[in-house]
Amino acid sequence: MSELLLEIFCEEIPSGMQARAGIELQRLVGDGLKEAGLEFKTARNFAGARRLTLVIEGLPDKSPDVSDERKGPRVGSPDKAIEGFLRAVGLKSADEAKIVTDEKKGNYYVAIIEKPGRETSDVLAELIPAVIRQFPWPKSQRWGAGKLRWVRPLHSILCLLGGKVVAFDVDGITSGNETLGHRFLNEGAITVSNFDDYEKRLRDAHVILDADERQKLILEGANAAAKEASLELVEDEALLREAAGLVEWPVVLMGAFDKEFLDVPPEVIITAIKKHQKCFSLRDGKTGELANKFILVSNLIADDGGKAIIAGNERVVRARLSDAKFFWDQDCKIKLEDRLPALESIIFHEKLGTQAERVERLKVLARELAPAVSADPDKAERAAELCKADLVTDMVGEFPDLQGLMGKYYALDQGEDASVAAAIEGHYKPAGQRDTVPNDPVSIAVALADKLDTLVGFWAINEKPTGSKDPYALRRAALGVIRIILENSGPTIYLQAWLEEQIGKLGKADASGRWIWGYDPLSEISDLDKGLVESPQTRVGSPTRIASDLVAFFQDRLKVYLRDKGARHDLVDAVVTEDADDLLLIERRVNALHNFIDSEDGGNLLIGVRRAISILSAEEKKSGEPIVGIADPEIFETDEERAVWNAYGEMWTDVEIGLNTKKIEDALMALAKLRSPIDAFFDHVTVNADNHALRENRLKLLNQIREATLAVADFSKIEG
Amino acid sequence: MANAQAAQLRPDKSFQDLILVLQLYWAARGCVLLQPYDMEVGAGTFHPATTLRALGPKPWNVAYVQPSRRPTDGRYGENPNRLQHYYQYQVILKPSPSDIQELYLKSLYAIGINPKNHDIRFVEDDWESPTLGAWGLGWEVWCDGMEVSQFTYFQQVGGFDCDPVAGELTYGLERLAMYCQGVDNVYDLNFNGGEGDKKVTYGDVFLQAEQEYSRHNFEYANTERLLTHFRDAEAECKALLEAGDRGEGKMHECVLPAYDQCIKASHIFNLLDARGVISVTERQAYILRVRDLTKACCTAWLQTEAGGAS
Repeated sequence: MSELLLEIFCEEIPSGMQARAGIELQRLVGDGLKEAGLEFKTARNFAGARRLTLVIEGLPDKSPDVSDERKGPRVGSPDKAIEGFLRAVGLKSADEAKIVTDEKKGNYYVAIIEKPGRETSDVLAELIPAVIRQFPWPKSQRWGAGKLRWVRPLHSILCLLGGKVVAFDVDGITSGNETLGHRFLNEGAITVSNFDDYEKRLRDAHVILDADERQKLILEGANAAAKEASLELVEDEALLREAAGLVEWPVVLMGAFDKEFLDVPPEVIITAIKKHQKCFSLRDGKTGELANKFILVSNLIADDGGKAIIAGNERVVRARLSDAKFFWDQDCKIKLEDRLPALESIIFHEKLGTQAERVERLKVLARELAPAVSADPDKAERAAELCKADLVTDMVGEFPDLQGLMGKYYALDQGEDASVAAAIEGHYKPAGQRDTVPNDPVSIAVALADKLDTLVGFWAINEKPTGSKDPYALRRAALGVIRIILENSGPTIYLQAWLEEQIGKLGKADASGRWIWGYDPLSEISDLDKGLVESPQTRVGSPTRIASDLVAFFQDRLKVYLRDKGARHDLVDAVVTEDADDLLLIERRVNALHNFIDSEDGGNLLIGVRRAISILSAEEKKSGEPIVGIADPEIFETDEERAVWNAYGEMWTDVEIGLNTKKIEDALMALAKLRSPIDAFFDHVTVNADNHALRENRLKLLNQIREATLAVADFSKIEG
Repeated sequence: MANAQAAQLRPDKSFQDLILVLQLYWAARGCVLLQPYDMEVGAGTFHPATTLRALGPKPWNVAYVQPSRRPTDGRYGENPNRLQHYYQYQVILKPSPSDIQELYLKSLYAIGINPKNHDIRFVEDDWESPTLGAWGLGWEVWCDGMEVSQFTYFQQVGGFDCDPVAGELTYGLERLAMYCQGVDNVYDLNFNGGEGDKKVTYGDVFLQAEQEYSRHNFEYANTERLLTHFRDAEAECKALLEAGDRGEGKMHECVLPAYDQCIKASHIFNLLDARGVISVTERQAYILRVRDLTKACCTAWLQTEAGGAS
């Protein structure tokens, strides 16, 4: 059993690509070994700024011998058939093949192909160059006069199996047992014999191999430095990962900037020094206020203890923060409403008009939605009017991530109502699955308006997500609507009708009635009349068709959402019927149904109803005709039939009331009254009576049950 | 530094000495030292010694200072870091040698940046020039958190693969000088290394120009005439390419003059952009028009001797 140590050493790998590359290297080499019949115990990978490393333990020295039997033609077959067989299996004459006797088939040839095992080092010498050549970097390059592609120029390959060099060559790069240490803190090549030796020697040469360890060192160093200054680190996982990918030997240092910059909102400072400088911010642990200090992670134990490095970083941070402060001061001089004209020159989407036009729509929508969420309509409209104005501020131009947030600060600065300011920030929320959902009424109104307008618009121009492609983040928008409505328990929107109306309204024509953008109600007719091929305006159909397609999209997203929250998928499917377009009601029904079928009455009713449905389906399948209508009480023969009929009559009004008042539990309770009559019916009555009229009448009675339950949920979808 | 004069040079005290040290350094590594191209360009990359020479099979090592104009970066001389006219130091090594990173680091050492005291980092930064139809992979080089150079391995220019690959090093000279001199405002840079009344600052040389050109770029430049110039340059470029074309398999006879017109069109586009008369949608269209010119020039270049045709 041997250990494989592989290191691919190259110029600086982008931090964001390192982790994935380590995993891919392990996967590709591991799969290749297994394919060659070489099983191993463990594999680990390490990735950093200049090297990818793989160590595999427990590799055999050779792959096992394999003997393969190949059946051939019958003895006495035409020569051609036999020759073909011999050629295929690599035998010289038929004498070398075995003859097997079979009672039925007679005698036939069998070739036994012995594949001797291969030396592991031979397998590796072929496998690793192939892996390097086909490595799935997101972006790769050539260099010098060579043809090889790698993420950046590849310099050397270290490859040892059981301490011995596995010899191969990739475009002139020969494998060996040497590597280099830290770019500045170590000189000369390092010769290694195995992984433990490699890891230790690299550490001596100021390279921490393991990214997790580098992260840990940075975090510990940063926390310790913060503590010493009586401050607290503003933690940032993504930044930590990135920083660990930029250094081989992390050295944590602390710098400072002028206090005057703290007038700028803290998020701006944090973003500025993170985005441009990859530095961490610090805050006062007690007050939570940002401090005028920052943590930088260098790659060097400097001769001067880091003085020059700190001074250099401080100067750059100062320049960045002066820019930010300048933007802040300049931006505050212009009122948000005065920026609105500038939105006219920003195209939201070629087929959906400008941001200014979009803002006009949002104002109308937010005002319309306000009453349903108990928001002040004036405030909702005002927030909608201002919500995109920060897109044309200098600060958001520099830091697009701060959109919304800056709008809030500028709104507060110019004395807008607090809920209006909050809505300017909150209308983008929730930005993802983990983001919070707005709960202030004004924010809810504008957030819904923003997302619904986006969805309506892109559906109207037929730009829907396909597969993994969702360039306008429409899935996120739909999930946002779902989360806002469900997590705030409202508002109720009947999506089909609501969306239909919005789609019909969406669009703009010029003075002569020529379509400019949005949904064009005339395009279908006029283009067909003219005999034109597909016009640039994508025609997808009437508002009704578009809306129902969008409702189906919402249903899909809602199903995913509910399942993620732990709802049973069959219950979700049972409730989400084709025309279910009230998101809140769907969720309530799923919950109610869950409780109901867990109860004794519910569980038993389910059994009965499912039996009714399966009888009906079988009959319908046989006759090819649907069973419709209600039973005729005159034809009933048994008390059990009458009991079901009576129970149906008693409960149906209650079901309807329950449904109409959305008291779904009441509707289910009413349904439960059917349970014992149905049980008795199936115990004592034969549906399949010889008398045709009697049989048909009984099927109709069952159909009534099916219809009644279908009004609440499709019981046939519920699994036992 | 092997060179005797180098000992006298003070890149930490003088902007021009910084340039001289780089000149000596790269000359000693076999580079042709060219002088700046005599046209307005947005970056050293536009110099035909980069754009065109990066194409074709012939080795090419060159270094030069290139004044670069970015009309939209004008700040009327009021911003300590931003200029509409500044200097780049450009090095092209083709094919890129395997020790190109070390060569670069030693050049930093030559201008007084000792990697034992300064944190030098190669941070991912892929380069793309839509107007040149060019892209490459590389880094921005950080010194103590400040970007001091762009480092790019050219992969394509004018839509053609670069084979062999040229390595491009671009030093932002003002920023580097500010770092070496420990100055926060570009206009305070000591230009000539003089002391007292012998001292000439960057502001003495360029402040007035920044103010005047900012007015020109943002306010005075006549957009109608610029639009005409753009169309003229575009037409002339195409006409020259056609005039020099001797047919398939024959050497092209007029690439460099045509490429000049392409450079001109690019700069006029930048001016129009600064004047704010180009809308978002038009912008893309203009970029594509310039790119078409570049591509046509690069295609023709490959049919010349310097482009490797035979």
